Amino acid sequence: MGHLSNARSIITAYRRPDPSSQPVLLHEPYRATIRRAPRKPLILLPHTLSEVTGPVYGPEDITEGDNDLTHQRGGEPLGERMILTGRVLDDNGRPVSQALLEIWQANAAGRYLHVKDQHPAPLDPNFTGAGRTLTDENGCYRFVTIKPGAYPWLNHYNAWRPAHIHFSIFGRAFATRLVTQMYFPGDPLCAIDPIFQSVRDEEAQQRLIARLDLETTQPQWALGYRFDIVLRGREATPLET
Amino acid sequence: MDFVPIPSQTVGPYFHLGLTEKHSASCIASSTANGEHVWVTCRVFDGDGAPVDDAMIEVWQADSEGKYNHPDDLREKQSDPGCHGFGRLGTAADGSCQFETIKPGSVPGRAGVPQVPHLNLAVFARGLLNHLYTRLYFAGEPGNEKDPVLGLVPQERRGTLMAQPDPARSGHWCFDIHLCGAQ
Ligand SMILES: [Fe+3]
Repeated sequence: MGHLSNARSIITAYRRPDPSSQPVLLHEPYRATIRRAPRKPLILLPHTLSEVTGPVYGPEDITEGDNDLTHQRGGEPLGERMILTGRVLDDNGRPVSQALLEIWQANAAGRYLHVKDQHPAPLDPNFTGAGRTLTDENGCYRFVTIKPGAYPWLNHYNAWRPAHIHFSIFGRAFATRLVTQMYFPGDPLCAIDPIFQSVRDEEAQQRLIARLDLETTQPQWALGYRFDIVLRGREATPLET
Repeated sequence: MDFVPIPSQTVGPYFHLGLTEKHSASCIASSTANGEHVWVTCRVFDGDGAPVDDAMIEVWQADSEGKYNHPDDLREKQSDPGCHGFGRLGTAADGSCQFETIKPGSVPGRAGVPQVPHLNLAVFARGLLNHLYTRLYFAGEPGNEKDPVLGLVPQERRGTLMAQPDPARSGHWCFDIHLCGAQ
């Protein structure tokens, strides 16, 4: 096997987020963290070519209509139709283009189309609850979907998740990989949700909440919500490796 | 708006719906890829040693010559078209998932010091509020002892990053991931 290992290249590391902007890994009110959150100190991985590269996606990975969850099954799903749009930026304020966004969510009744979700709310034959899209050159994305319902879970007595949409984002590098959840403004369940509350900082919590946007709203058709996503950005100074 | 990174949240128990039901990828490098073909079985365990059946593992790696399929790998050579470099799978009831790939070549590290062959892994699961990064190294690979990144890991924990060859099946490697506990 040949080797390229002596070739020099320039890489620029990605900035480490301030820990207060992120959830704590061991958050006992969210019970599953107790047996799953690491206890030993994590080792900071230096950024090398392995971390600053990552899978790259393009238009060939998307099928037309993938970003419209209201037209995947012939008929229209029940629920409050919504347009969900926003930008993906890095922490230098620059748009992240060609980022792959994948979303999944419960239907309007709070039920997932998933074998592990058996709670007695109806499935919607016209709703699968999954979509994907790429950001454009300005970092913008757009989905059409319906507002998901709150749903019960078994974390503690009478536990209910606030309405939320799961987001997965591939930015430019494996180091900027992100999975998160988007919540809705004014939802009283956020205050008592252990997953949402694993983010302690109130400003950081606000970054998880979409805002109602009348400019995106289309009269007589769908409410608009904006949800902007900031990923880790690059350090100012490149490293020669 | 401010430009502070958004918080991570757990992938939850239903990620298959959006991430692996239609878009899983067990084949990181196809049979046409150059290099030594290997099958890597990852298993995920919780702090009680019980298998985690709802984890998702993503793998990112270089081709057999250590070239990444990415525009920021500025070295001139084309990456091997048979090696896509990315895989992702959900774990089964026994906590395992298996990837088909090739052993990557050496990749440059800091200050031009080459790194030993490794796979870059991200682990997601219900109960993990942020994903965890780790690396998979190949036990017995010459140069493991001198690798600068592996050297950052305390000696007594380095073994947890070593995939072990399966004595029964040539080309098969096993890699256990203990999320917490005694390992
Ligand atoms: Fe959920």
